[in-house]
Amino acid sequence: MKRIVYREWRISPQRYWSILGVLAAVIGIGALAFGYMEHQGHWVTGMNNSVVWGMPHVFAVLLIISASGALNIASIGTVFQKPIYKPLGRLSGLLAVAMLMGGLLVLVTDLGRPERLIVAMTTYNFSSIFAWNIFLYTGFMAITIAYLWTMADRQGGPFNRPVGILALVWRLALTTGTGSIFGFIVARQAFDAAILGPMFVAMSFAYGLAVFLLVLMFAFTEEGRPIGPLMFRRLKNLLALFVAIVLYFTLIYHLTNLYVEENAGFESWLLLKGGIYTFLFWVGWVLIGGLAPLGILYHPELSKEPRWIAAACALVIAGGFATMYVVIIGSQAFPIQMFPGQTVLESGFFDGIDGRAAPYWPTIPEVLLGLGGVGVAMLITAVGVRVLQFMPESLADNVVPPCEETLGRAEPESAPA
Amino acid sequence: MTDKTDRAENEIDSGRRDFIGVAAGMTAAVVAPGVLLHTVAAAPRSEPVTSDVRWGLLVDTAKCADGCSACVEACNDENGLNLQTPPEGEPDRKWDAQKAVWIRKVKLQDNQTGRVTNLPMMCQHCEHPPCVDVCPTGASFKRADGIVMVDRHLCIGCRYCMMACPYKARSFIHQDTTDQLTSVPRGKGCVESCNLCVHRRDYGEASTACVDACAAEGHHAIVFGDLKDPNSAINQKLKEIPSRQIREDLQLNTGVRYSGV
Repeated sequence: MKRIVYREWRISPQRYWSILGVLAAVIGIGALAFGYMEHQGHWVTGMNNSVVWGMPHVFAVLLIISASGALNIASIGTVFQKPIYKPLGRLSGLLAVAMLMGGLLVLVTDLGRPERLIVAMTTYNFSSIFAWNIFLYTGFMAITIAYLWTMADRQGGPFNRPVGILALVWRLALTTGTGSIFGFIVARQAFDAAILGPMFVAMSFAYGLAVFLLVLMFAFTEEGRPIGPLMFRRLKNLLALFVAIVLYFTLIYHLTNLYVEENAGFESWLLLKGGIYTFLFWVGWVLIGGLAPLGILYHPELSKEPRWIAAACALVIAGGFATMYVVIIGSQAFPIQMFPGQTVLESGFFDGIDGRAAPYWPTIPEVLLGLGGVGVAMLITAVGVRVLQFMPESLADNVVPPCEETLGRAEPESAPA
Repeated sequence: MTDKTDRAENEIDSGRRDFIGVAAGMTAAVVAPGVLLHTVAAAPRSEPVTSDVRWGLLVDTAKCADGCSACVEACNDENGLNLQTPPEGEPDRKWDAQKAVWIRKVKLQDNQTGRVTNLPMMCQHCEHPPCVDVCPTGASFKRADGIVMVDRHLCIGCRYCMMACPYKARSFIHQDTTDQLTSVPRGKGCVESCNLCVHRRDYGEASTACVDACAAEGHHAIVFGDLKDPNSAINQKLKEIPSRQIREDLQLNTGVRYSGV
């Protein structure tokens, strides 16, 4: 093991500026979409009085939970003291801050009255999990920045572990809080489930790590920095574990619902008759986001190929997107059960006539707004790695700290480290 | 030199004093009756809302007629919702899902018995409203007299209350409002719902628009009144006929009760 040297991202200026240019364009288009939606009102979106949260929320929640998940890598290094993860800590912190910024921006630009954001920051109702989230999100940002300082500055070294522990606890609270935005809602059949909190935590582990791995691989290949097979093996095994945990929570969530008769209607709709939502659940959430990446990551040959690992990460993220679409939009589209045992024959307000789902189809401005948030997250990351020393020069096997998994076999003498 | 100046200043001062005195007197004479009159006229509105009353509705579904939408139309008239126009180029189907609806008619059929029920649905004015719990800014609030409504100055348009309402009672204003009534200000980007004709409450009127319209049609299916007053018409009726809350399992203690559901 050698000393880890961190370096700025030194790809050619042309390449770097063209990346920034593309990201700036994506953000610019997102800003235009925001201006259009704000000026016209939400009628230009697919959202309506039945499906009140749409595509922007899918993007925002995915970014926010991925943000807390990305920080996991740093936590494993600092809090759980796995040395091999330590060189990854800085990038993990940067990605966490960047994605949280992107997600929050999408969230606040989708408000009906975005100019009243100051009201949300000065007037609080503490029985609302939303109000708590404002503190959880800003606190997360502050703690992560402090955490980055303890990792990068010699003077911060002694505070590294305590701040790391605080960051871990905080991120668990944050993701549980995000899941609870939905879990606390008694009105809707698909929500009102405590399991949503921990399920969101599990999802954040998987999506955050998938994003982290993709960014790491892209940045390293662009500049020709090496990532050794040891590091790959560690990270892909971790991703596979997280993906499996998401599938486990998914199974428990639906089994519980199926067992409870009052939710049987929702389950039969989502699992069998829900059209696009059924498709996204089985193909997106379960297959693309779960079984397919698991197959790749545990395949004896494919799992050794960086390209296939990257593909698995992309699948996890695509599956995560489908998952959020089903969790957020599907759960609203299913009619609220106000009159159990009765069928709605007529209604002046889409009360699920004959059990029909509420209409929603995303429009282009909503999608562009969401992509703008992704652009913001990537821009912050790109600028961060360029100007500051976030990434280690090499993650080759002879550089990274020893992996305790292989200690017994490969380097028994360095075990005490 | 100094003496002269002093005298001159004194002269000016006395003139000023006189002028101010006359002006003050005239102003008082002109404004005072107005102030007094205004105070008298505003008396019912200036009193704080008290929790001595709790406003509520009782819907007798046996009397709610199939095909009648008098309550819906009256609500739209009363609150200026009939002034809503679809944004240019918006298809009807989309507009139907996006326009504000404060009260709606619902027709139900019992899966077991086939019995058909008609009823109006609106904000149920819960004692423990989920919309108030989840609102991050406190814009969604419950008045002391039990009316649940939205403070349009605090609402940031996050729509969490709409996610949380078990009765789908709330609407979001998706477009610019071109026309609105003075008594019911509305604006793009905020959430709104039935407020039991709160402007009528503040003027001490006896009923709500939907109740009046239902009575005018001769159905008398909705009764409005004070749930805390044992002698009120609504309480007499509640004692007389069996009634229940929609989604009673949530124990929200709704201010709107239904009979025959």
